[in-house]
Amino acid sequence: MKMRIPGALVIVCFASIAVAAQAPAHKVSRTPDGQPDLQGFWSNATYTPLERPDNVTKEFYTPDEAVAAEKAAAARESAETEPGTVADVHYDFTQFGLDRSQATLARSLRTSLIVDPKNGKLPPVTAEGKRILAARAEQAKRLGGRWDSAQSNQLDDRCLIMAGPGPPMMDAAYNSNYQIVQSPGYVMILTEMIHDVRIIPLDPSTGSGSPRAESRGDGRLNAPTQVRQWMGVSRGRWEGETLVIETTNFNGKNPLRGSTENMKVVERLRRVSEDVIEYNFTVEDKSMWERPWSAESVMRKTNGPLFEHACHEGNYGLYNTLVGARLEEKQAAEAAPKKDSK
Amino acid sequence: MRNRFLIRVTVVVMTACIALAVALVSAQAPGYRAPRTPDGKPNLNGIWQAINTANFDIEAHSAGPSPVLELGASGAVPGGLGVVEGGVLPYRPEALTKRNENRANRLKLDPEVKCYLPGVPRAVYQPFPFQILQSQKHIMMIHEYAGAVRTVYMTDPVEAPADSWMGWSNGRWEGETLVVDTKGFNDLSWFDRSGNFHSDALHVVERFTPRSADTINYEATIEDPKVFTRPFKMSMPLYRRVEPNAQILEFRCVEFVEDLLYGHLRKQQSK
Repeated sequence: MKMRIPGALVIVCFASIAVAAQAPAHKVSRTPDGQPDLQGFWSNATYTPLERPDNVTKEFYTPDEAVAAEKAAAARESAETEPGTVADVHYDFTQFGLDRSQATLARSLRTSLIVDPKNGKLPPVTAEGKRILAARAEQAKRLGGRWDSAQSNQLDDRCLIMAGPGPPMMDAAYNSNYQIVQSPGYVMILTEMIHDVRIIPLDPSTGSGSPRAESRGDGRLNAPTQVRQWMGVSRGRWEGETLVIETTNFNGKNPLRGSTENMKVVERLRRVSEDVIEYNFTVEDKSMWERPWSAESVMRKTNGPLFEHACHEGNYGLYNTLVGARLEEKQAAEAAPKKDSK
Repeated sequence: MRNRFLIRVTVVVMTACIALAVALVSAQAPGYRAPRTPDGKPNLNGIWQAINTANFDIEAHSAGPSPVLELGASGAVPGGLGVVEGGVLPYRPEALTKRNENRANRLKLDPEVKCYLPGVPRAVYQPFPFQILQSQKHIMMIHEYAGAVRTVYMTDPVEAPADSWMGWSNGRWEGETLVVDTKGFNDLSWFDRSGNFHSDALHVVERFTPRSADTINYEATIEDPKVFTRPFKMSMPLYRRVEPNAQILEFRCVEFVEDLLYGHLRKQQSK
């Protein structure tokens, strides 16, 4: 798949980001119940990596460098694989879903999403974190090779969860689309990957202007610590124009690099223009990292509607590869005695 | 002649009286005016749940044993009076045969057993809560089971661009009632655990009418000419989950069915 977007246009896009950063504060319209309005369809598709590449030492690219980095990343992603090799057996994402080259890109001049630590890298792993990672590696080994069972596959191959919903919400490689809907006392974020819904009850004391009387049973009380979820349990509040979401109660299986059930994520969403939401987050997980780390990205307005991504229901890939692996073993077993008898 | 004239006048007057009476009665019939959202619409926001046995069987049924021996009484089927108007589903003969086959092979075929998306209206009366979240443009229906979700387009109607499990929903207000019109289904979901099914010609029109602060009258009219000889209606109340800490939790059941669906494909451990 070749990039069809002219480079000059891309440079203009990047340049406009630099200008927008200095523009006066955008006046965000209000929902009928008085919340800053974040509603609509958004994309956080980006080629900007979470961690800064080893060969890059600065925090921001120039617009020209950003174009070059994006082109290089797009080229790596669309590199032709050699026909007839295992590597060639994969979905054509340009056909099967909207890959990044076709998506609304949430561009930024940043060289990494991580802004703290300053080097753009995850903080060092704690001693406890190293033990946890070793135990996980040991458990993965016990599960055997990738095609030994469904459970020995990756979370996305199993249609359990993708990178999109988080929290924190991150580019999901394709279909990185979101729908935000607000109602009195709530913000809801639907992730296209894979129809994961985040229902975020708002703290009524922070003046979202919500009438509370009708919203009985609105889940604002904290969940008991025994309740552990893939996406954790989220609570939101408005700090002026910024939606702040705090999430705890993770089950330790969230796909975010190495995180454990002790992770706490604080996300900040602020609409800085009609088309852009600034999205920043801080991750604290004392069981894994020596200190909290923070990242900055954007969500850019895109077109709806979101499609239903019924991943599990159509997961022929997992089934067929397991069938194939067992068949190969059977053929190998049948071939083995013949060799012996010669 | 005069008699005929008098009769005609009488008929006209009586008809007018009856019409007036009907108008008065129907104007009073709803009897309940829901609180309003900030933009003046009936406020259906909240967490709701059906309390009935429709997910076992939308038709009337007696109690029955568990289909899984080990579950004993805990997996047994409670009896139910049914939620279908007229009591019996108007199946075409060949479709009734298929329903009975579905029923006999329920454990193998019921999409719910495999953690597949539940479809509509089954999502509404599964034994899980769901949350209605209202904005001006979109009304979300977010179900706990399998994270099933529907966007009801209120101002920017969609035409189904592709078939789907949960369909494509457009909504409108008729007085106190939220009317949701859903099409664009695939033919893979069921109505219940008893094999009642539909085709991809399914068209569902649902009516959510508030009947008190904490209850909604729910009606679904099902039309599917490939499977049924005529449209039929099911109806039931929905109840608000009034616990102060009520919330939709994750029921990410894919993980719970991996051994069921793929266990036979696990690599045999060498002895």
